[in-house]
Amino acid sequence: MTTAITAPTVSGAAHSNNPVEQLRWGISDTWTITKRNLLAVTRIPESLFFSTVQPIMFVLLFRYVFGGAIHTDAKSYVNYLMPGIFVQTVAFGATYTAIGLSEDLQKGIIERFRALPMSRSAVLTGRTVADLIRNIFVVIVMTIVGFLVGFRPSTGVLAYLAGAAIILLFGYALSWGMAVIGLFAPNSETAQVMTFPLIFPFTFASAAFVPIASMPSWLQGFATYQPVSVTVAACRALMIGGPAQTWVIQSLIWAGVMLVVFVPLARYKYRTRT
Amino acid sequence: MSYAIEAEDLRKTFTGKREVKALKGVSFRVEEGTVFGLLGPNGSGKTTAVRVLTTILKPDSGTARVLGHDVTKKGALVRSLIGLAGQYAAVDENLTGRENLVMVGRLNHLDRSVVTQRATELLSQFNLVDAGDRPLKTYSGGMRRRLDLAAALVARPTVLFLDEPTTGLDPQSRNDLWEVIEQLVEGGTSVLLTTQYLEEADRLAKTLVVLDQGRVIAEGTPGELKANLGATVLEVGLNTVDEAGRTGQLLAALGSHQPVVSGTLVEVTVDDGAQAAMAGLRSLDEARIRPVTFTLREPSLDDVFIALTGHKSEEEKEAESAADNARRKNRRRSDERELAEHLPFSEGPQLAEEALGGSGSSSTGDNQ
Repeated sequence: MTTAITAPTVSGAAHSNNPVEQLRWGISDTWTITKRNLLAVTRIPESLFFSTVQPIMFVLLFRYVFGGAIHTDAKSYVNYLMPGIFVQTVAFGATYTAIGLSEDLQKGIIERFRALPMSRSAVLTGRTVADLIRNIFVVIVMTIVGFLVGFRPSTGVLAYLAGAAIILLFGYALSWGMAVIGLFAPNSETAQVMTFPLIFPFTFASAAFVPIASMPSWLQGFATYQPVSVTVAACRALMIGGPAQTWVIQSLIWAGVMLVVFVPLARYKYRTRT
Repeated sequence: MSYAIEAEDLRKTFTGKREVKALKGVSFRVEEGTVFGLLGPNGSGKTTAVRVLTTILKPDSGTARVLGHDVTKKGALVRSLIGLAGQYAAVDENLTGRENLVMVGRLNHLDRSVVTQRATELLSQFNLVDAGDRPLKTYSGGMRRRLDLAAALVARPTVLFLDEPTTGLDPQSRNDLWEVIEQLVEGGTSVLLTTQYLEEADRLAKTLVVLDQGRVIAEGTPGELKANLGATVLEVGLNTVDEAGRTGQLLAALGSHQPVVSGTLVEVTVDDGAQAAMAGLRSLDEARIRPVTFTLREPSLDDVFIALTGHKSEEEKEAESAADNARRKNRRRSDERELAEHLPFSEGPQLAEEALGGSGSSSTGDNQ
């Protein structure tokens, strides 16, 4: 039985089967969700604080408090430090994907999205793209802060931008991993509790702040090859000099593996979560 | 006859820590251009039914159609025809009212210019013009609910689903929402409304079904349901359980069903409230029983349940998960505060007796 639909009031494109139209609306939906998430960042002071003031504190802490006691091969510790700070900042920031997503699920807004004729993957893609844009902003702010405390990259603008791109790609891949956690967590508090013990060892048992050679030998294997260290090493080589190729390749492989595992997993969990 | 919504033998079981059979074969039909009520307590399966019909949840078996389109096979098409507003007021707290409406409009794939105009139109229609550019965090429970409904209407849906739209609202906001729903139906929209309030179903719904533990236990018009039940409930509170038992026997003659005695409280459903009150007070006076409270009220959903099933509704026997509950409580906390300020004071025994011209002995009310 079919019913004549009186007054077709929806613009008609909503349920189009044309793939080009679908792609166009998919992009439009993703952008709508991205904008929504970015607006939220500007309206929650805590989140702005977390993504800018906190990394600045870390810079000051390591530059002026701990830095003097840490011995590295680099000529100045601040040059060694800043690439580590960049990667740490995007890693900590990625936890917002988990917390934000589980909050959305908890508050019921995802329920509304699910009853709308929008692209289903836009909810996840919009969330991770918003995090990517926030990370771009944070990397710019941190670059300026770095310059103010004596950070002097020596490899040229293009290499510096390549280093920044590696960081952003790593952060984006990590956001998808965090999205998986956000979708599995029963509420945002749990999501927060779940992410921290994961992010913390990866960030601090890494080459981000201290040379791996200074760690006990049982830790060195993990610390050398885990994604944060590899990405920090690639970034360091690209920004302050040194052999970059192997680190860049390893970092790209890590990001690729994370995306291949986490994107389908997050999308599956989003579809099936009741 | 064409139907806006058809549900046939819908079944859904949630597996997890414990298995919950949320829907155990639910069927109903909603005529186009009418309001249909889905009445039941928490955990009766109302929300699960709405989630299946709005394509959010897949049923284990059974079919559901919206305007003739199968919700599992033509999900995208169905989503473009419906609007959903819920008890959770699913709106974005960090955005302004206008931004929320524009977002939902864009996600409905309306053109930007259309959406902008529609948002302005809805804000004025829902009396939110002044608040339109403030973040939702500053909204009261009633305003939030109005915006939630406005968001559901952005794309002018043909079929509207309202999941407990007035739960936790103060009487004024509730009335305002009812008027909006009535206007929408005049304009040709079909509405499925879930509610815990008999009064709401009575005011709005043309037909309704009563759900209990995932099953339909009654269906018909509100009039039929009430005729079945008795129009008014006479509630008498006494000093002792013994007196309550005797009162129950005395009042049995008045009601269409047996009086329900629970502790020191006696409830009996009657057809003519005023007549029953007079007769009741007289027989109590003759038996020298002094009531503590003596109240006439509209039948509640619990009365419907007692009449239909012989047991009280099993509140909180949840089909939806415990997390759902927590979410609901969080959302309601602010609404409740608002509601408390608007609660009507209960009518005491004095009032009833004054109305009878002092034919009964004066009682010692505890509400002075």
